[in-house]
Amino acid sequence: MPSRLYNAATEGLWRNNPALVQLLGICPLLAVTTTLVNGLALGLATTFVIVATNGLVALSRRWIARAVRILVFVLIIASFVTIVDQLMNAFLHDLHETLGLFIPLIVTNCAILAQAETVASKQAIGVAMISGLGVGMGFTAVLVMLGALREIVGYGTLFNGIEQLFGISASGLTIDLPGTGLLVAALPPGAFFGLAALVALKNIVDARRHDRSSVMEAAHDKAQ
Amino acid sequence: MVASEPRGWPAAIFATAVAAVAATLLSLSFEMNRARIAENRQARLAARLDDVLGDLEYDNDIATAHRQVVAPELLGSGDPADIYVAKRDGTVAAVVLSAVAPNGYNGPIELLVGIDNSGHITGVRVTYHRETPGLGDAIEADRSDWIQGFDAASLVQPSADQWRVTKDGGQFDTITGATVTPRAVTEAVRKALVFFRDNQVSLLDPEPNGTTLDAQ
Ligand SMILES: Cc1cc2nc3c(=O)[nH]c(=O)nc-3n(C[C@H](O)[C@H](O)[C@H](O)COP(=O)(O)O)c2cc1C
Repeated sequence: MPSRLYNAATEGLWRNNPALVQLLGICPLLAVTTTLVNGLALGLATTFVIVATNGLVALSRRWIARAVRILVFVLIIASFVTIVDQLMNAFLHDLHETLGLFIPLIVTNCAILAQAETVASKQAIGVAMISGLGVGMGFTAVLVMLGALREIVGYGTLFNGIEQLFGISASGLTIDLPGTGLLVAALPPGAFFGLAALVALKNIVDARRHDRSSVMEAAHDKAQ
Repeated sequence: MVASEPRGWPAAIFATAVAAVAATLLSLSFEMNRARIAENRQARLAARLDDVLGDLEYDNDIATAHRQVVAPELLGSGDPADIYVAKRDGTVAAVVLSAVAPNGYNGPIELLVGIDNSGHITGVRVTYHRETPGLGDAIEADRSDWIQGFDAASLVQPSADQWRVTKDGGQFDTITGATVTPRAVTEAVRKALVFFRDNQVSLLDPEPNGTTLDAQ
């Protein structure tokens, strides 16, 4: 029997992935995923905000007045986002320049508010933070995959700009693939096609699993 | 679940208190990071200016040596444009002009144009643009070496009728599938050189009066 924590973690990672199932937060998702590094950076920043918000909301859930809870959640989210924005500006300046406006825009990612309202305001801090981590990592995984896909197809490179995240010593990791790339993947339509492909892929995997488990159930019934 | 459910004034006071705490924490974070952020900005600007100056040698802190001028005709913007001055042994070795190409494919393109004291380009870099990725963005130094085509150019070499992209009969390369962008940048660089020529005396004055320059 999967434990409560396991459930909390995998809910956002797969079953209710914010980007693939709920389709929440797809504005920044579509906009920044031109490269893997951009996707990873926005994903990690978003994850930090979700986990921190869930932790703080869960911790103070008994004192938050219901009538003003949404206002308080947004205030907490906006504060964490501002802190992330300032920290990135101070310590990852080049990356901050690249991602620009999309860091402040994390505030508008509904997946975060949804977590605060449906999970963190009702659960203990441990479960809330694990759940937030699952949602954050699920979101990050999609950003990274979409970024990698668009970067490979659109520009013919991979890990371009990695030194903005891990320092100049990582710059050798950038891979230059043969060919110049197919422009459309780097443009906004490419983001929609890519996301659609990932959603379709997830649905195929889910359908396969479902088939397999019903076949197994049928076999099980027969055996009895 | 929520233990008590205050409404009206208690809830409003609660929300105000949370806002006050958040504001305090944020101003702390701001204070802690402010110096570092300012330093980053300055370092980035200095690195960019150094890039634009190529292998020209200078001995002052260029990012802080700056003047402003309003020259909408030649520098492309109605706002004050920054001018950075590179000095060597007390004389002006080169200036870096911030210029705007107002007619990019997706709006204005902002440039830094380095010009040495004999009127030759030391380098050009794009600092802001919204051109289409994969087409117009080849003007970025990171994406292609197109922008280096301006190095060492002046108003004399190439001659006036050659200060165009190849497609219009000039000598600067066109970018395949994107003519609008390089055309706009080329014209902005040429105008920056004209600005330099018209204001040479004032620009090359090592100890100008004040930090604003009156354009000719
Ligand atoms: C979606 C889209 C984006 C474009 N982006 C640019 C651009 O950023 N810069 C540019 O010069 N031309 C861009 N173009 C091409 C221009 O429409 C125009 O066709 C081209 O600049 C003219 O070049 P040509 O004279 O070589 O045909 C774009 C076209 C499309 C359809």
